[in-house]
Amino acid sequence: MSSLELVGVSRWFGNVVAVNDVTMTIGPGVTGLLGPNGAGKTTLLSMMSGFLPPSAGTVTLDGAPIWCHPELYRRIGLVPEAEAMFDSMSGWDFVYANAELHLLPDPGAATRAAIEAVEMMDSRDREIGTFSKGMKQRIKMATALVHDPDVLLLDEPFNGMDPRQRMHLLALLQRLGSAGRTVLFSSHILEEVEGIAGTIQVLVAGRQAASGDFREIRRLMTERPHQYAVSSTDDRALAAAIIAEGAADGVSLTAQGLEIQASDFGRFVHALPNLAIAGGIALHEVTPADESLESVFAYLVSR
Amino acid sequence: MNVVVMRLALHALVGRRRSLFLFGIAALLLAVAGLVRWGSGASVSASAASMQNFGLGTLVPVMCLLIGTGVIAPEIEDGSIVYLLAKPLPRRTIALSKLIVALGASLVFTVATIVAGVAIAGDTSWELATALAASTALASIAYTSVFFALSILTKNPVIVGLIYALLWEGVLAGYIPGVRDVSIRQWALAPAEQLLSAHPSWGVTSDLGMTPALILLGLTVVAAIVAAVQRLKTLRIKVSE
Repeated sequence: MSSLELVGVSRWFGNVVAVNDVTMTIGPGVTGLLGPNGAGKTTLLSMMSGFLPPSAGTVTLDGAPIWCHPELYRRIGLVPEAEAMFDSMSGWDFVYANAELHLLPDPGAATRAAIEAVEMMDSRDREIGTFSKGMKQRIKMATALVHDPDVLLLDEPFNGMDPRQRMHLLALLQRLGSAGRTVLFSSHILEEVEGIAGTIQVLVAGRQAASGDFREIRRLMTERPHQYAVSSTDDRALAAAIIAEGAADGVSLTAQGLEIQASDFGRFVHALPNLAIAGGIALHEVTPADESLESVFAYLVSR
Repeated sequence: MNVVVMRLALHALVGRRRSLFLFGIAALLLAVAGLVRWGSGASVSASAASMQNFGLGTLVPVMCLLIGTGVIAPEIEDGSIVYLLAKPLPRRTIALSKLIVALGASLVFTVATIVAGVAIAGDTSWELATALAASTALASIAYTSVFFALSILTKNPVIVGLIYALLWEGVLAGYIPGVRDVSIRQWALAPAEQLLSAHPSWGVTSDLGMTPALILLGLTVVAAIVAAVQRLKTLRIKVSE
């Protein structure tokens, strides 16, 4: 059982602050590091994996600072975001070389176990350069698992995976988490985190925006006021009907159509088509105006 | 030393397209040697001049540049170095293992090419070949160490290395006396000058005496290795966001 501890960690590059005063403890189980692109997830993971010193604060694994302590890599497995590996080697040879570099007593058995865990035995003798993105991802995973680490850090591991591979990786991570390993993965896609019952840490613009149980944060995210842009054959009548029905909190009439704010997402999306039919109004356009992840995160931050 | 790191470095060296460049450069030198022989009637002084200037002065540093950067720079550039660095191995071991492979490869390549070039262009009973082989070996060790260190210290080692190799060593050190005192090529020529002291007409000369030249070469190699190891210990991997 190992835990990663970050205390008051900041990292800046020149004038740009990439990570701002983050304090978190990543314990056994699966933790998702969630945030939009550019939020500082990779910077944070680089510091946790000992490839970047924090500008301020401390990053420790069970009390030992990670920066400049390569012996800690015995206990850390790393799946980097970068796709480059040794492309002219076969999958097996590459994982085997990683096992040897970890100075394992039986690199052959460790290699077999790791490649079996990611279900790549059938393609083990092919050159890495010929692999699809998802297969490369799995071989990267195998190199990180080959020494059976206590801590597994994964940077955007679901990128490029098809749904089946994604399910398989989710199951694998969950298995490792319930076996007491400390697993941290980053993602910018909310749905990826879903299904891994565990804690999540939300990072926005370098700051820790939320942390805790996934369901709790998910509820915060879905219950936030939603914005819609709607245009129809009779905007004024539609606005009156929506307000009369109580389906939304606010409607404003603009030259482009209606801007609607609804805090009860489910009620609004059910009421809108019914109201339109009842009033004989044709809907031209219904667009969620703020469904980007950034706005979801921005909402969380402003709370 | 770590055998696995060395094996991977050798694999990277021969696996990449740049190894073909090496053979191209060697072939170019041998072709020039053939032309020199044909043009000068196998004159040893013409052979010595061409192998010193074009061989030792230009092509040897370029070969060492390809090899010295080739064992590590592409991995730093594309990020795959993390698979080596995220291991419980001292960074010193990783750096030295890679450097040993680079030194071995560049010694074999440059010395063989220069010896073959001299043999083609003109020599008397292997005297010039032996002398230039010694100089080439010393130059190779120093150049490869410097270019290896540049790969870790700078973001564009090939460009920085080319500018240094072609401009400083190739042009300035060939003509400007002050610059010649701080040139790996001149230092490396000191033993050749001594070995060929019976043949001053061949024109193999160095601006420095044997002892200062060897000391400077040694210091350069040690400084490059120390810089490379220290920098690798605190290498920050490119953050990709």
